[in-house]
Amino acid sequence: MTTTTLEDRPVTTTTAIPVPPPPAGPAARLRWAAADTWTITGRALAHWARQPGQVVAGLLFPVLVVLMMGYLFGGQTEVPGGGDYRAYVMPGMFAMAMLFGVENTFAAVATDKRRGVTDRFRAMPMAPSAMVAGRAVADLLQAAAALVVMPLCGLLVGWRWHDGVGRALAAFGLLLALRLAMVAVGAYLGLVASGPESLMVVQILVWPVSFLSSALVVPATLPGWLAAIAEWNPLSATVTAGRELFGDPVPGSGSWAAEHALTLAVAWPVLLAAVFFPLAVRRYRNLDR
Amino acid sequence: MGEHMIRATGLRRRFGRATALDGLDLAVPAGVVHGLLGPNGAGKSTTVRVLATLIRPDGGRAEVAGHDVVRDAARARTRIGLVGQHAAVDELLTGRQNLVLFGRLFHLTTRTARARAAELLAAFRLEEAADRPVRGYSGGMRRRLDLAAGMILAPPVLFLDEPTTGLDPRARTEVWDAVRALAEGGTTVLLTTQYLEEADRLAHSLSVIDHGRVIAEGSPDLLKSRVGGDRLDVAVADPADLPAAAAVLARISGGEPETDAAAARVGAPVADRAAALTEAVRALDAAGVEVADIALRRPTLDEVFLALTGDRSPQEPAPDDRPTARTEAAV
Repeated sequence: MTTTTLEDRPVTTTTAIPVPPPPAGPAARLRWAAADTWTITGRALAHWARQPGQVVAGLLFPVLVVLMMGYLFGGQTEVPGGGDYRAYVMPGMFAMAMLFGVENTFAAVATDKRRGVTDRFRAMPMAPSAMVAGRAVADLLQAAAALVVMPLCGLLVGWRWHDGVGRALAAFGLLLALRLAMVAVGAYLGLVASGPESLMVVQILVWPVSFLSSALVVPATLPGWLAAIAEWNPLSATVTAGRELFGDPVPGSGSWAAEHALTLAVAWPVLLAAVFFPLAVRRYRNLDR
Repeated sequence: MGEHMIRATGLRRRFGRATALDGLDLAVPAGVVHGLLGPNGAGKSTTVRVLATLIRPDGGRAEVAGHDVVRDAARARTRIGLVGQHAAVDELLTGRQNLVLFGRLFHLTTRTARARAAELLAAFRLEEAADRPVRGYSGGMRRRLDLAAGMILAPPVLFLDEPTTGLDPRARTEVWDAVRALAEGGTTVLLTTQYLEEADRLAHSLSVIDHGRVIAEGSPDLLKSRVGGDRLDVAVADPADLPAAAAVLARISGGEPETDAAAARVGAPVADRAAALTEAVRALDAAGVEVADIALRRPTLDEVFLALTGDRSPQEPAPDDRPTARTEAAV
């Protein structure tokens, strides 16, 4: 029997462990939260290092969609009001990739909750905001990688930005803002859901949001009430703003939402994040309390 | 802080219409392994989750290591370790990465977190597997890593919620050894379990919980003696002799003997061990009962449990757990 080895060794510890007292005051609390956020982000980065195949597979899907859209449909379709469908649909693809990110966030958060990792975090003196904030940083890094690879493929199939690098970067910034909002929504849903198997429900919700938007279709071709829904869809705001900034065709419908796409592309993500980040953190703190 | 590391008074908690805790009291002195024993849904896990600051009680108060778990939760969290029902470790990371991650979240410096991880990996005999992903660990190794993660700050109080549920006997022994070692090091351990054997082997003291309150308290031995001390079991060679044997036992014990006709066995609680045994052998012989087996034994905690909670056994074995004629025929 090897049981004695365990008892011979110091399980408690030989040296006293300096237990840091919880932070007092807002500045200390902020430093504490920043450190925890970075630790949680580091955990996600370590996951990627362990599973490089998953990261590649995650990037492959949007790439395939971009190439398919570019080669299969690109040559055949014209946008009403003029313009190449390939150029029209490319910003839609970018934005849809950001929207679909909600599934990754949801799955990661719901899995941690199911496995009891979330409870372990909650019983520790770490900052309650760090779980969501760390997830946000990691997911934005992943989204940024997708926003490098997808446009490169876009260039390959003939898509271009026409109005300079500055405006193109602004468009990518808006896309990341949408992804950030999706982190907040995904984290909240992941904490509310009974488990990772509810991912199906999120997937079912994500599809109508993508199709009832200007990402793939031209809202002007839809019946009036559907067109209104499509134009006020947060996804459409980002897509239309992206088209304006990249210099891609924007078939104007004259509606307020379409005319103020840039404003809405900032306002929607800010609003969603402002609502769902606090909700997610509150839910995390009070998980079945 | 007082002499109690864990102290709860009148804890109440409802989930919707279900009452999980109904005025639960608990006091655990420092350095003790205390067992919470009870059937499924009795309130064991809820108790641990309240004490580990995960659930807010609706009523009552609780202090852990001198810190109120509601008003001073942040401070309480630096004094506790929690090992929940799942092995709450990151499957993709290595054992070492897990411990460093948790150490960093306790705000140890990277250096201290690394040193502490190495120390714990050695203490829990995980050195060889330290740099492999947890996904490939056995159940026992996962649990030991889980325990190690709960011990990062060497907290004075450790909560273990059913630490061996779902483990094979070998892994269970590994975890028991680890818990004993922690207790020897001075850690106060609160342990919930459905396994009476586990409570019997590990706990210095027990609280038996049912319907959200403590229905009995004391050392395992004390609880056993409360149900009538020792028992005398007699197995007869001829089942026809059962009534005669029961009559003999009734006379000796002064209580009502329990007859198990299927096993041709009759048993009763007895007060004076050796005298009762001698007396029984003599009386059974005189009555012409042929004895197949006779034994004195302490009651099992199962019997204690049944006596305290009525008909509900904590393990609630399914009826087909017992080998019946049908299952034997199937073999």
